[in-house]
Amino acid sequence: MKPKALILQAHGSNRDFDVMNALTLAGADVTGVPLNQLRDNKTLLADFQLLVVPGGFSYADALGAGKLLALDLISYFSDEVSAFVEAGKPVIGICNGFQVLVKAGILPGDSVIASEAKQSPTQQEIASGYRPRNDGVTLTFNAEGHFECRWVNLKSTSQTCIWTKDLDEVIACPIAHGEGNFQSIENIAKEHIALTYVHADGLPANGLYPINPNGSTLDIAGITNTKGNVLGLMPHPENHIHNWQHPLHTRGVKNGSGLKLFQNGVKYAKGM
Amino acid sequence: MSIYKFIIQTNHDTRAAGYLKDAHALGFQRLKSIAVQDLYFIEGQLSQEELQKLALTLFTDPVTQSASWDELPAPLSSGEPDSVILEVSLRPGVTDPVAEQIVRASHELNFKGVQRAATGVRFQVSGLKVEQVEQLAKALLANNVIQHWMIGEITPSFPEEAESSGAVEIIPIRELSNDELLSLSKDRRAALDLAEMKAIQDYFIEEKRDPTDVEFETIAQTWSEHCVHKTFKANIVISNSVNSNYQSPITNYPSNINSLIRTYLKSATDKIAAPWVISAFVDNAGIIDFDDEFEISFKAETHNHPSAVEPFGGANTGVGGVIRDVLGVSAKPIANTDVLCFGPQDLDPASLPDGVLHPRRIQSGVVAGVQDYGNKIGIPTVNGAILYDEGYTANPLVFCGCVGIAPKGKHKKNPQVGDRVVVLGGRTGRDGLRGATFSSMTMDAQTGEVAGASVQIGDPITEKGLIDVIVRARDLGLYNDITDCGAGGLSSAVGEMASSIGCDVDLTKVKLKYAGLAPWEIWLSEAQERMVVAVAPEKISDLQKLCATFNTELTDIGEFTGNGSLVVRYGAKVVVEMNNEFLHDGIPQRQLKAEIREQRVESSNAPIPNHLISSHLISLLSSPNIASKSHVIRIYDHEVQGGTVIKPLTGIQMDAPSDAAVIKPIGTQGVKGIALSNGINPEFGKRDAYQMAWSVIDEALRNAVAVGADPERIAILDNFCWGDPLRPETLGSLVEACRGCHDAALFYGTPFISGKDSLNNEYLGADGLRHAIPPTLLISAIGIVHDVNQAVSMDLKEAGNLVYLIGDHQSSVISNQSVPDVPKFTLQVYKALHQAIRSGYVKAAHDLSEGGLAVAIAEMCIGGRLGAEINFESSNLFNEVNGCLLVEIAPENKSAFEKQFDNLPFQKIGQVTETPTLKLGNHEIKVEELVHAFIHPS
Repeated sequence: MKPKALILQAHGSNRDFDVMNALTLAGADVTGVPLNQLRDNKTLLADFQLLVVPGGFSYADALGAGKLLALDLISYFSDEVSAFVEAGKPVIGICNGFQVLVKAGILPGDSVIASEAKQSPTQQEIASGYRPRNDGVTLTFNAEGHFECRWVNLKSTSQTCIWTKDLDEVIACPIAHGEGNFQSIENIAKEHIALTYVHADGLPANGLYPINPNGSTLDIAGITNTKGNVLGLMPHPENHIHNWQHPLHTRGVKNGSGLKLFQNGVKYAKGM
Repeated sequence: MSIYKFIIQTNHDTRAAGYLKDAHALGFQRLKSIAVQDLYFIEGQLSQEELQKLALTLFTDPVTQSASWDELPAPLSSGEPDSVILEVSLRPGVTDPVAEQIVRASHELNFKGVQRAATGVRFQVSGLKVEQVEQLAKALLANNVIQHWMIGEITPSFPEEAESSGAVEIIPIRELSNDELLSLSKDRRAALDLAEMKAIQDYFIEEKRDPTDVEFETIAQTWSEHCVHKTFKANIVISNSVNSNYQSPITNYPSNINSLIRTYLKSATDKIAAPWVISAFVDNAGIIDFDDEFEISFKAETHNHPSAVEPFGGANTGVGGVIRDVLGVSAKPIANTDVLCFGPQDLDPASLPDGVLHPRRIQSGVVAGVQDYGNKIGIPTVNGAILYDEGYTANPLVFCGCVGIAPKGKHKKNPQVGDRVVVLGGRTGRDGLRGATFSSMTMDAQTGEVAGASVQIGDPITEKGLIDVIVRARDLGLYNDITDCGAGGLSSAVGEMASSIGCDVDLTKVKLKYAGLAPWEIWLSEAQERMVVAVAPEKISDLQKLCATFNTELTDIGEFTGNGSLVVRYGAKVVVEMNNEFLHDGIPQRQLKAEIREQRVESSNAPIPNHLISSHLISLLSSPNIASKSHVIRIYDHEVQGGTVIKPLTGIQMDAPSDAAVIKPIGTQGVKGIALSNGINPEFGKRDAYQMAWSVIDEALRNAVAVGADPERIAILDNFCWGDPLRPETLGSLVEACRGCHDAALFYGTPFISGKDSLNNEYLGADGLRHAIPPTLLISAIGIVHDVNQAVSMDLKEAGNLVYLIGDHQSSVISNQSVPDVPKFTLQVYKALHQAIRSGYVKAAHDLSEGGLAVAIAEMCIGGRLGAEINFESSNLFNEVNGCLLVEIAPENKSAFEKQFDNLPFQKIGQVTETPTLKLGNHEIKVEELVHAFIHPS
């Protein structure tokens, strides 16, 4: 049986069909579910083995990319999504989906940052009973100050993450974002780093633009939770699943495609 | 009710550096620094604790931002010493999606005391005196058209809560004299001439009553140049220039032309009669066959006047508008194109005409507007061009194109009696009132102020909802007719749909953004992101469900009646009751005069002295029109939907300019794709409009063929941007361009499937001088690529490969006209090239355009970071020619390739070398230098 994948279509998702194509090719049975439909039938989520928060501009990036869809997830589906993640089912947030997972506190998840290093909440925050949900990490404006669309190379740095496990080859795929600059108050624990920006030959970008296209700390392109079932990443491996999508296909280049990453997720979902 | 103000500070705000750079470029040299903060205003009643929570949960990022807040009027916050505070906020009624989200999200968080919201920006400026900051506000930081600004604290303005009076004015047109008719037209900005005003007068004399203001405005919009293309449908009397001996280039030039569209554009399409053209000139977009399952639609629009006064909003809504054209043929949008024409970026700010924004500011605003809409709605922007000419300083041109795909036979265009008139999407406000007539007038120094309402900010996410709804509603067969709300708003959309069947609608049903609109304003509003559909009553509930799923509003405003008349009510009051035949066919044909003038001969092809060849090539590569546009291309998402096969930037470092884009539409099976390209040449337009039309059609085709399009399966769109057609010589050059379009289309067998014109691109400066644009024709081409795996890019691939020049370079060069000819065998050359591509012989292909052969080979070297040894007659190295391309062929394919070109003009001119040096005869230039000149022009 093909594992069932739910692609959450929010107000402003736009790479929903792209990732549906990638997951179909990787062997999943995909269903795009508009957020309002899921709100009307929250238990639906439990019928699926894989969850995708796709790329796009949910709520037009108003008040910060991903912020308002993250608010929706917390307001409407907090229990259902938590149960899904707790059950160890594969979850992936791409680009805007990554921003959503971070701003909803699903990534990097608990105890990412050694608690003593974590900045204490301000007096104001304590007074209001507010605690920042994203544990001192965020995706902010690109260092270059603008949206950028270009192809990048990614290296898997996590064997815990079920999505990036055994990805030996460098993955080439495009980025298309204005707020993909991963920053944290203190350095994020190494085991949470799942993907980094590298040169085509796999050597680290070391912050060099445009190899690292957005100024992310430690060249971070994607992070995972402790359990390794949730991946968030800025680049779009779903836009490199065919050879003709690669910018150098007219030069006969067959570079590592993004399909493998989705195959990993689908393979794992089969066991759920 | 209180108003609260939140000031948000972002660490390392990158906007500050951008503003500083722009301000220096605009001559504010003393500006030391500029800090930017975001402002949010909330009207309502909130406790201190609630304010704090709002600031921390909603308005700030805990890692990168901090907030402060206060109730207005707040004590004037002191900035840095010696700095001036400038605050900017939107004018009431201007679309503000962020403010809408603040209210929605606040309620989601249970902050019930939040009533309304507004946004703004706060600048802290150091180094300038208050008067200079005011100048800076006007020149860069604010735009009076959509914003208001203040030195110090601003109070946001919310739309006033006025009750609508439903007041309808009666316009006593029957007793007006000719002069009074003309001043009525002028006062209401109707842009109608005397014959048209008299036709309206006659109609109401016959009706024995005077029109309401709603009726008059409806007619003015329906009869505007923008909606009805009266110049292109006019009867034109042709004369030769009185002051010269010049004879028309063809002896049988007709003495008069009855409709340029019918005579030259539609007639070319009819004569070509391509079986794969599904719809041309009749619908919102042209439609061609794609494969057994799908059809492809294509449309390009201009949004010039709005972009001149408010560059971001103008371009933003231009993109939104053309996307709705494609939705209007029930297609899913799959690609955007944009071609932009601006004044020189380094123009001395002191020389700007009064009331005109600096070209630098226009460019950055327009590009940001295109980026914002295209990226957010999720349509890749894959092809375009940017051109610079002083003629565009006051009149920038913004061409927005959109391609769509739809399953065959699903697009319905037939409202049934009893169908409901349904509006989908955004709400109606005072947006863009009289936009259609505004775009049909010459601008003056005051236009920016009075046209404020004509320019809007778009809301791409609302339009994304429309795409989601319409594509599904189409597949479910939920509507019988569909059209977009563009210029003229509901009056034009509903009027057009009901033009034969008739309808009865009630304006009080229309959902408004804010109260207080007069009936004519509701009917004419050009609020963005709206579509109108005809829906059978029993299908309304299904459509309603679909709309709810995608956060799209549905409003039932009336019925298609079947009695043929247009009835518009405001509650109980009938405000329009007009005969549809009069409204749509009652406009008198314009009688115009055109004078065909002698072409301007310029020896632009003066040979470059031999010793200057290298430096000339370098200076061409770094000239604004040729140099890399990557800084713009990269901020557009050209990858979304995953179908971009040939990308706008190509080559080993992905920094060389592609000839055209190839996309494989998402959702299609097989290997088929489409190529998108364009041709435009204002320089030729200034010299000879007829030859220019040939040249730009050739340019669009050769670009498409270069990447792999089948030359026998290409369709084109025309977009004419001209000056005032009432001036005979201006109209003369337009006639010549149309004649050129006709002749060239027939020559290639390439049909026009849609077109658009934007006239009156002139500007009367406060200096009393008229500023007109160069005659500009954009040809956008769409062609079928049979196998995307065979698509060709322009970068050199491998050392040892051979470089050929194909096409008749010589005959294109030696013509003694100021614009090169299209050589006789051009179509055969393109067909042979296509065969060679299908056979897999062509490793790279690149067309010769501005800068000629030398620039073409230089760009190919840049693409491949490889060298080339070229032996070619050096006096013709830089000639801009038609019908010619450079191709790279592997040595093993030499004879097979040459055989394809039997009896056709081609020559082997060199080969690709490993050493990264371009050798042009005895001139040697390192590829590194070429790259530097192209990518980092000084």
